[in-house]
Amino acid sequence: MVLSLRDLSVEAAGRALVDRLNIDVEAGRIVGLVGPNGSGKSTALRCVYRALRPTSGAVLLDGTDQASLKLRDSARSIAALTQESRTEVDFTVEELVALGRAPHARGNHPLTARERALCRESMERLDVAHLADRSVLTLSGGERQRVLVARALVQEPRVLVLDEPTNHLDVRHQVELLSFLRGSGLTVLTALHDLNLAAAACDRIAVLSAGSLVSTGDPAEVLTPELVRKVFGIDVTVVHHPRTGAPHLIYDLTAAALSALPDAPPEGRHS
Amino acid sequence: MAEAVSETPSAEPGTAEPSRDEVRHEEPRQEADGRGAGRGRLLTALVVLSVTLVVSVLAGIALGPTVVPPADVVHFLWAALTGGGIGADEVTGYSIVWHVRTPRVLLAAVVGAGLAVVGVAIQALVRNALADPFVLGISSGASVGATAVVVFGVFASLGVYALSAAAFLGALGATLLVYLAARGPLGLTPLRLVLTGVALAYGFQALMSVLVFLSPNGQAARTVLFWLLGSLGAASWESLPLVTAAVLVAIVVLLRQSRSLDVLALGDETAASLGVDADALRRGLFLLTAAVTGLIVAVSGAIAFVGLVLPHVVRILVGSTHRRVLAVTPLAGACFMVWVDLVARTAFAPEELPLGVITALIGVPVFITLMRRRGYLFGGR
Repeated sequence: MVLSLRDLSVEAAGRALVDRLNIDVEAGRIVGLVGPNGSGKSTALRCVYRALRPTSGAVLLDGTDQASLKLRDSARSIAALTQESRTEVDFTVEELVALGRAPHARGNHPLTARERALCRESMERLDVAHLADRSVLTLSGGERQRVLVARALVQEPRVLVLDEPTNHLDVRHQVELLSFLRGSGLTVLTALHDLNLAAAACDRIAVLSAGSLVSTGDPAEVLTPELVRKVFGIDVTVVHHPRTGAPHLIYDLTAAALSALPDAPPEGRHS
Repeated sequence: MAEAVSETPSAEPGTAEPSRDEVRHEEPRQEADGRGAGRGRLLTALVVLSVTLVVSVLAGIALGPTVVPPADVVHFLWAALTGGGIGADEVTGYSIVWHVRTPRVLLAAVVGAGLAVVGVAIQALVRNALADPFVLGISSGASVGATAVVVFGVFASLGVYALSAAAFLGALGATLLVYLAARGPLGLTPLRLVLTGVALAYGFQALMSVLVFLSPNGQAARTVLFWLLGSLGAASWESLPLVTAAVLVAIVVLLRQSRSLDVLALGDETAASLGVDADALRRGLFLLTAAVTGLIVAVSGAIAFVGLVLPHVVRILVGSTHRRVLAVTPLAGACFMVWVDLVARTAFAPEELPLGVITALIGVPVFITLMRRRGYLFGGR
């Protein structure tokens, strides 16, 4: 196990946002975190990249409790794409990517030749090398997300954490990003809203509801009509991809699926 | 570097004909060969500004109501520094150069450098392009202290230092109040800091107005206003060491933190994922900027505009990463302020103009021109 969330709990104002969460991510695997809005996905991820201190429980990386490390030291192992997407400073793409070296570099020393080569290589892998001198404020959503992934790669992390990385991306960019992750060999924990993308991209899926883990396992085992009805409050039909066999959810919008469910969780309606 | 020009862009038809010798500086950044051009630009800027600063300081010392020929300036400075002798007929010139103008010009350079650098730090601290060293209420706190001296003669025992001491204490008090009021469960968040600073600044200004209003001395309002707009008229050798040390420390500390400042600009969550504790960094920045601003205001009054605009001008010229900005900004601020002070004391001599008036008159058009020319994007599209 590379990354383990052990009994992770976060409380705010007496309410449990995340409640005794246990999730394991094996080396080189992609684990998707799904669940309605407000189910605690982002909160759990924030604990992993240490923007938030858990109330109890721990995030273990190879058995080491991250809370025992300095922020800088854990940032050498865990990179993140947060939902924070805007910056007011017009760094160039190259400058932004180079900031991925922040946890490794000493003080304000310039990057070494190896580090600069690493930046160049990451930008090429993500197909943003031609944007190197563009201001990050002029990028499209898809370009921007690729640049941020390039920055995360430059961090040379063991684990990559992503919070809704496909938000605001068109379908092509969504597919491109997730297939890049699949091919990258990185250990990935990612929150995703789109259940079908999650099913196609992830090795395992962990379903959160009201801060608790409801189900975890292979996408085909987890994404059943029963579970989707219970957690998201909608009726779906599950079909399977003709080649990969991955589950795919289809929605019948004429059947007024929502009104048939008296106990639809209010937060789930818009997802 | 210069070769970058060969890939000349077709875009930006509105980019005005660069008339100066810095042609490649005017190249839209997108088309320049990033690292090479950037490094060349940084080096050029540093060299050009260093030379300009030396020339400006000498000019500042030479020019004034009595013009001292540059050769004499160098001669007197050399004599003063090496303990060499001067002729009996040169005593007046020597006195003007060494006792009056040199400390004043050096103080102008230090204050300009300090305000500009603090401006960079504050803009990073509150993550806001419109922030300047005074946005946290520090200058208005200092004004209350200074007003108390002017109006009621408090600290009279300190003699000529009364104004500086009171201004510094006022700045310190304001800093403490803003810090305590802005401190929340999430630490010093940028928005809380700005809101608290702005709100308290209004409070301090009201307090100052009451003091002036109650003043038994009709001249008080004028004196306070003049002080508020900034002046280096009280400069002396004694006023230099403390503020110079503070400004140098600030520059060194900030330069060492430059990469963290870059990361801070990306937001607190991203900062955490890149190993930077945003809250701790902000606390440190707050204390540093408050102390330095307080010391600057104590010797020069509240000179507006330098801390707001010079960081932007520098970003336009050399890019936004803090390592570059912090290397160039002090030099730019120092040059700018030396000339501003020169204009202030020569334009309507023997009357002196307040520095804040000139910083605005020069700076605003320069800034707007630069911004329009380069497609500057700080603050979004």
